[in-house]
Amino acid sequence: MAAGETGQAQIAVRNMSMAYGDFVIQQDLNFEVRRGDIFVIMGGSGCGKSTLLRHLVGLKAPVRGDVFYDGASFWQGSDAERDLMKRHFGVLFQSGALWSSMTLAENIGVPLRQYTQLGEAEIRAVAAWKLALVGLTGFEDYYPGEISGGMKKRVGLARAMAMDPDILFFDEPSAGLDPVSARLLDDLILELRDTLQTTIVMVTHELASIMAIGTNSVFLDTETKTQLATGNPRELRDHCPDDRVREFLWRGVEPASLTGA
Amino acid sequence: MPEPASTTNASIHCERPGSGVLLIRLGGDWLLAGSRPATAALLTELAGREAPARIEFDTQALGHWDTGLMIFLSAVRRAAESRNAALDTTGLPDGARKLLDLAFAVPERAGARRTRSADSLVVRIGKATQQMLDHARELLAFLGELTQSFGRLLRGRAVFDRADLMKFFYQAGAQALGIVSLISFLIGVIFAFVGAYQMEQFGAGIYVANLVAVAMVREMAAIMTGIIMAGRTGAAFAAQLGTMKVNEETDALRVLGLDPMDFLVLPRAIALIIMMPLLTLYADLLGIAGGLVAALAMLDISFVQYLEQTFGAVQLLDLFGGLFKSLVYGTLVTVAGCQQGMACGNSAQAVGEATTRAVVMGILLIVISASVLTVIYTVLNI
Repeated sequence: MAAGETGQAQIAVRNMSMAYGDFVIQQDLNFEVRRGDIFVIMGGSGCGKSTLLRHLVGLKAPVRGDVFYDGASFWQGSDAERDLMKRHFGVLFQSGALWSSMTLAENIGVPLRQYTQLGEAEIRAVAAWKLALVGLTGFEDYYPGEISGGMKKRVGLARAMAMDPDILFFDEPSAGLDPVSARLLDDLILELRDTLQTTIVMVTHELASIMAIGTNSVFLDTETKTQLATGNPRELRDHCPDDRVREFLWRGVEPASLTGA
Repeated sequence: MPEPASTTNASIHCERPGSGVLLIRLGGDWLLAGSRPATAALLTELAGREAPARIEFDTQALGHWDTGLMIFLSAVRRAAESRNAALDTTGLPDGARKLLDLAFAVPERAGARRTRSADSLVVRIGKATQQMLDHARELLAFLGELTQSFGRLLRGRAVFDRADLMKFFYQAGAQALGIVSLISFLIGVIFAFVGAYQMEQFGAGIYVANLVAVAMVREMAAIMTGIIMAGRTGAAFAAQLGTMKVNEETDALRVLGLDPMDFLVLPRAIALIIMMPLLTLYADLLGIAGGLVAALAMLDISFVQYLEQTFGAVQLLDLFGGLFKSLVYGTLVTVAGCQQGMACGNSAQAVGEATTRAVVMGILLIVISASVLTVIYTVLNI
């Protein structure tokens, strides 16, 4: 694991604007993610949460502003420099995005085969280990078409973790999982953060999960097309000056004792 | 991103402080990217007859670690479990112990693991034959369902979107004109070129017109158009229907009480089966035009001579015979494309396989039926 300097944000988003063609999604985004944070990207449906994630992982370039990883610009550099930075990322896509022509073990082996000097036996051992971590011991030789949606998601996580990334990005990790599995996923995320000091950035609607494990967050708004707040989600829920943020975090029903009425 | 400043080589020492107790001392950095000591011998020993009853760890000299350490530890734990040895993990770093517990928290599901067995040649041939028979049966069943669907259409009971149908007419008709023009024109040119070269030696250059016209109208226009449509439209049908199946779009129709056969397959079938003879007629003309151009360039024949010879060569029966063939090919291409699409598996990989099979099967069926039809035509003297 990289031992980053303390005091400097691991991810810093500066004055970033995102757009599809002429259609502006969000503008003037400014927030920081510290090492070891479990950072939540929140907001109503269609506000650009997933789009923001695509900007952070290098799938889409911002129209203005930049993202900095450990102080180094992500979008100013060349494609090759960006690819090097991306090796420290692991990304879990919404429905796993497993390559259907490969077995689960082969899926996990792809980054290892490309970017490490490991032998086949070791790659297989790593794949088995990562599958065990997500509770899928013994499923190495299955094809993605043969397992359930929830299992695909867990394999997607195993693949994202293959290279022991510094930062794990999750797009709606608990969508489509039952409450118990979602809870286990939360535990796994905490465990990864605590044992491997992995920084987690996730897009999620799951309030229970946001409140249970989130340590930092940004709240995007569809109408004003910018961020309304950033900070610890529990504090935002109780003390955020903006009504819309509190309403979202209380599922639309804020207890009367907190509204000051 | 910064890497650990200094790394020390990973090391491992085993001690036996008491009888039946094995103490594994780990030192240095155990990183996936770095070099790690060979552990195979130790693991065999752990699973062997002389296995210790208790395994302990000492990690005071352990530096940085990641998955490189964890794959070793999980192998040790598996070995210990297989020999019912006690594994004392208190000597491990907190994080490593927690991860290990997490990975072993869910026991392996019984029967989940697969053993890959290699079949013998005989078994493989048998399986392949069985599969082929299954495919043939599925194809026939599909043809039956499609016929029923046409029956519903005639009784006015088939439900599908008229706008969809128009779209498929456009896709299978107008959009295919470019490629059909190019190919049939060039086929005409090639026939005339080869024919002119041979026949001129006997002073029979004018019969190039007969050769091109009869070949195009009776056989080539229908076959070439059929193969083009198998690669173009049959493949598109298979990919569309396959992807719809992967996305559960066909299930969504079924839940609404709409038969995917009527709603999805029927409009495609109508469009392609109607468009095929029209495209073939067009290919006839383009092929003859290609022959004309080549003949005019190579032989001492006039425009009018060539056309008169052509009209004399082709009977109305030839034309209808060719168009009937195209109707058959159109049906076969539709069946191959749609059947493969509807039988598609549940992944991107499966969509690719279905598309490949649709094209291969389409072309295969065209060639087989072309031979059969030619024999029948000969017997019937058409």
